[in-house]
Amino acid sequence: MHELSIAQSIVEIAEAKAREENYGCIQTIKIRLGEFTTIVPEALEFAFEAARRETLAENARLEIERVPMVVRCVACGSVTDPVREVCLICPQCGLPLEVVSGEELQVDYIEVESVAERV
Amino acid sequence: MDRVSIKTEVLKANQEAATENRRLFEGEGTVVINLMSAPGAGKTSLLEATIRGLGGRYRLAVIEGDLQTDLDSQRIRALGTRSHQITTGTVCHLDARMVARALAEFPVHGLDLLIIENVGNLICPASYDLGESLRVVICSVAEGAEKPKKYPVMFNKADVVLLNKTDLANASGVDLRELETNVREVNPKATVFAVSCKTGAGLDAWVVWLQDAIASRSIAAAART
Repeated sequence: MHELSIAQSIVEIAEAKAREENYGCIQTIKIRLGEFTTIVPEALEFAFEAARRETLAENARLEIERVPMVVRCVACGSVTDPVREVCLICPQCGLPLEVVSGEELQVDYIEVESVAERV
Repeated sequence: MDRVSIKTEVLKANQEAATENRRLFEGEGTVVINLMSAPGAGKTSLLEATIRGLGGRYRLAVIEGDLQTDLDSQRIRALGTRSHQITTGTVCHLDARMVARALAEFPVHGLDLLIIENVGNLICPASYDLGESLRVVICSVAEGAEKPKKYPVMFNKADVVLLNKTDLANASGVDLRELETNVREVNPKATVFAVSCKTGAGLDAWVVWLQDAIASRSIAAAART
């Protein structure tokens, strides 16, 4: 259940940015989460409920963009998009495939109350 | 409402700590293995067999990660090898900061080889770089041939995959070739060894490979100075 420590990192990164930019309440935290990671979105959402308590993200919504796994053969250029069953051997030439996307685990942006709204 | 772009890796703090650990290890010319597997696949048995196989020719130490107890660390110390236990409490993986804290009280100065035995788990430890030079994953034959397909991220990140308990292949009804094919599908670049820590089968090849890795690291370290 490492989703809790992942959720805490997400909140810390979002909160640090909000403070740096002098914003108060965070309304949305948007993350990009690759399909080829060990993070389960449902477990992450559950952990986020606990991690956001008593932070600027107390009432924030976690928006998860799932990034599909895409692989490419360096030798022949053939692309599998998206990958359904993980097999990293090129079906055309038998050489190893490289992972083009699907390993993302990134805080993309936050949405915050604008200064005008606060007044 | 304002949108503020961040684009920061969630594991950035861990990555920074891992980079710092790696810099320290490279400075010492130490080969560092992050040893991972499911619980009971034979990590500590492999460590014992590896230590015996290396036969006192290298300066080595072990860091053990477990939720509770220092039983594994005791097993390593019984062989006369320095060992430090990290107990994580409830945390299901080691991270780079835990390793950095361990290094503060367990100096690794002048070591040829440091093996970090991660918490038994095929999921969470895969996400955390510790600063290691090699990722070694053990899959015991008795777990079933399909495990690499079920836990592809863990197997994909491995430099070496050890298929342990080959003596149980028949009893478990597992086809060793099928298991190896499944490893190759998720990680065509991995070096794969089939071993049995119980009978000793296949361990020589792994120990020779490891000695070569230690030798190349020493050469690289000497070239830098």
